[in-house]
Amino acid sequence: MADFLLEIGLEEVPARMIAGAEAELGRRVNDLLTRERLLDVGSKLTTYSTPRRLAVLFEGVLPSQADTEEQLTGPSWKVAFKDGAPTKAAEAFARKAGVAVAALEKVTNAKGEYVGATVKRQGRAAAELLAADLPKEVLSLYWAKNMYWRAAKPERFVRPVRWVVALLDAAIVPLEIAGIAAGNTSRGHRVLHGEHSVLLPFAKSYKESLRAAKVVVDVAERRQSIRKALDAATRTIPGARWREDEPLVETVVHLTEWPSVVLGTFEPEYLALPEEVLVTVMRDHQKYFAVEDAAGKLAPHFLAVLNTEADEKGREIIRHGNARVLRSRFKDAQFFWDFDQKTPLTGRVESLKAVTFQKELGSYHWKTEANLSVARALAVKVKTASVLFDEAALLKAVELAKTDLTTELVKEFTELQGVIGGLYAKAQGLGETAAQAIYDQYTPASTEDAIPKTVEGQLLGVADRIQTITAMFGIGSAPTGSKDPFALRRAANAIVKILAESGLPLTLDDVVSSSDVDGANREQVAAFLRERLHFYLKDVRGFAYDVVSAVLAAGAGDVRDAIARAEALTAARESADFAAISAAFKRIKNILRQAEEKGFALGSPTDVKLASEAQQLADAAAALAPQVAKLREQRAYGEALAAIATLRPAVDAFFDKVMVLDPDAAVRGAHLGLIDGVLLGFSGIADFSEIVTA
Amino acid sequence: MPLSTVSSSAVSSHPKPAALTFQELLFRLQGFWADRGCVLQQPYDVEVGAGTMSPETFLRVLGPKPYRVGYAQPSRRPADGRYGENPNRLFKHTQFQLILKPPPVNVQELYLQSLEAIGIDLSQHDLKFEEDNWEWPAGGAWGVGWQVMLDGLEITQFTYFQQCGGIDLDPICSELTYGLERIAAFLQDVDSIYDIVWARDPETGAPVTYGDVRLAEELQFSVYNFELANIAKLWEHFNLYEAEAQTLLAQAGALFANEDASPVEKRRFPLLATYELALKCSHLFNLLDARGAISVTERVGVIGRIRALAVGVAKAYALQQGS
Repeated sequence: MADFLLEIGLEEVPARMIAGAEAELGRRVNDLLTRERLLDVGSKLTTYSTPRRLAVLFEGVLPSQADTEEQLTGPSWKVAFKDGAPTKAAEAFARKAGVAVAALEKVTNAKGEYVGATVKRQGRAAAELLAADLPKEVLSLYWAKNMYWRAAKPERFVRPVRWVVALLDAAIVPLEIAGIAAGNTSRGHRVLHGEHSVLLPFAKSYKESLRAAKVVVDVAERRQSIRKALDAATRTIPGARWREDEPLVETVVHLTEWPSVVLGTFEPEYLALPEEVLVTVMRDHQKYFAVEDAAGKLAPHFLAVLNTEADEKGREIIRHGNARVLRSRFKDAQFFWDFDQKTPLTGRVESLKAVTFQKELGSYHWKTEANLSVARALAVKVKTASVLFDEAALLKAVELAKTDLTTELVKEFTELQGVIGGLYAKAQGLGETAAQAIYDQYTPASTEDAIPKTVEGQLLGVADRIQTITAMFGIGSAPTGSKDPFALRRAANAIVKILAESGLPLTLDDVVSSSDVDGANREQVAAFLRERLHFYLKDVRGFAYDVVSAVLAAGAGDVRDAIARAEALTAARESADFAAISAAFKRIKNILRQAEEKGFALGSPTDVKLASEAQQLADAAAALAPQVAKLREQRAYGEALAAIATLRPAVDAFFDKVMVLDPDAAVRGAHLGLIDGVLLGFSGIADFSEIVTA
Repeated sequence: MPLSTVSSSAVSSHPKPAALTFQELLFRLQGFWADRGCVLQQPYDVEVGAGTMSPETFLRVLGPKPYRVGYAQPSRRPADGRYGENPNRLFKHTQFQLILKPPPVNVQELYLQSLEAIGIDLSQHDLKFEEDNWEWPAGGAWGVGWQVMLDGLEITQFTYFQQCGGIDLDPICSELTYGLERIAAFLQDVDSIYDIVWARDPETGAPVTYGDVRLAEELQFSVYNFELANIAKLWEHFNLYEAEAQTLLAQAGALFANEDASPVEKRRFPLLATYELALKCSHLFNLLDARGAISVTERVGVIGRIRALAVGVAKAYALQQGS
């Protein structure tokens, strides 16, 4: 039993790509060893990574494949041996099997006597197999962006490969990756260890040998030590907490080999800048953690995660340097803020003509005009439903929503568009309602994000997005497959989410028709939104696939209604009666389809005298229909579905006793009319035939 | 919001006496890389937006011939001017640009040694290579690499050039671009670029600051770039330079397609001059942009025109090198 270690030494890999590559490398090595029968029972895979390396340690690798024995059967004995002497056929078979003619055996089976050969294959050594197959596995790793570095450009990889370690226990596996022969030496931390190599005496010594060279190769360990160091540094300020930020933790974990943390300070005067700006500068531009006081208010401190361990003097230099950069960034932000106030948002509408929205469509000025027209149409619908909102504030928000694109602060912090507009609108006295709507216009940015807080913000968010979607569809830029360069799916997801989670009295059709959209394009956009609603119900709300299909088949316009129906259906499908009804509806659909194929006409149940089971079903359905309709109207979907389930005995008896496709055309027509009526009458909440039954 | 009341830095802005002056910083970098086999070039004497645009980079990276060169390049970005009022922004900043073609395997280690050479003791600092890919669409050029962060400050752009002038490079090269003002301000621990000590009198120790040397230039060029540059004239200049470049490119096209043309004829064709004309267009575009004179609809088109010139020169240059 051996341990196998592979380490690919690289120039700094982009932090965002490391976790995926580490997992993929583990998977590829595992698959290779499994395929080649080199894994022993209880073998254990561990993967490691830092910005400068990807590594895999496999404990429990077989030194070589097990030998195998295979029985081959050849031509019949009579053909192979004439008078005891081997014929050409025997020689050919022996050659093919790789054995001597003398080693051929007689095999007797049910069909008679044949020539047989026992072929022994010696297992190949792990080192040999790895050397042959591992390099191409490594070079097949997926990277979001690749590069060439060697002359004649033999391979592409994320960054240049600088060293390779491949060890089976203490023995070097003779493989070569990107022109680098594997060895048993790695490299330590650039500064703390320096350029001399790190000898790895055997595979399993990897983690500890690297630790001695000031590299923590275990990602989870680095994550934990960073969190602890952040806690410890923050504790020096009474009552303070560092602001939790998981994506940022992951980023710094993948930017460090030997992490430590310094706490820095900035001048409290900068706290007068909006918190959003301060946090963006710290998090996005500097990768610092923000610190808040006990009340959750931002404190004039920051936490920088370092990729080194300096002495007190060094820490002071580093702290000072980072504070200096942060101060100049804050100073810049303040300069931009002050500068931007010279031209209020209301004076910037014209300058939107110089900001492209989309080449073929026009500027953000054009976009603003179009958004206004959509918002007005939506406002009419919302007013009709007597939802209270401030229409003047809405229109002001729509008109000014994009003006922050012309400000210096947004040019500097593009991720704060909308937010900056909202802050400026508030600072410039344009009203709390309009300001909040502008501030929230890009939320929800993801399916986890909250929707805008106010009706005005929700309407602006819907108007802006549906305008974008219809305009993009109009110039043939609808998303296709995995390509969605304008993030239209995200925009549509946001519309669905806003309709689902707000009180806006708007259906998807209302939304589509508010935008200036014609014929085929309109149907395309409507289908796109329905598809996004399907996604929302299934992937965001977690409803079962068949429930979603059943509910949407019965109507997809009203998003909140669709959710209510899906909830009721999810609860109802648990009952045995309901499952039986679903199965029966599916059967009805099939029968009706067959009937149509055969050209059987639909009649009316009253055309003939029905058999008693058929008559009982007709009576039960007639009695139930008004009750279900009433419950449906009251949106008491749970009760409505329970009522429909009471049809089960009548339905079961009908299918048990009645031959639906009766040879008599009149009887058959009456039966078909009966089940068609049942299907139509009770499918308004959901198309039960979509429900998958056991 | 009372933002204007924020006071200036609470931290001392006196430069440390030991820190290198601006010009010493340049001397050290030049010396370091000269010792490692680099040709030291002078700044290119035509307006460029970045050291990459100098022919010492843009054209030399093409073709198979190894080359190592370093030069300080004043880089003009008219729209970035702030009348000398912003302590961190300049219309014209200085890049120390280095091309290593092909890149040595220890290029990162050499780079770290160059930091030690300018007085940065890495054991007392935090250094990270963070992903940052570079592209210049108008030059058909891109590469992958990092921004090098020292105590949270971006001090260098480190790029493995992959394509230039729309041509795939082989060999590729590494490009190191040191931001001299930033590094000097960091070394001297000053909060404003204008407080950087450019030179110091060897007798008296009296400083000449960056502001003494360059403030008037920042102010006056901001006024010209933003207020006074004559838009109609700028367009006229643009069109003239473009027309001449196009004429030369057409001649080059005919020449390099002609199998009977002699090697001498090909070698003496002035592609280097053609490239200067393209650079002129690029600078005029930047001026027009700063002046707010490029409309949305025009913008992409004008960039396309510059690209046609730059890529045209690069393609012809590659043929000339091969001839």
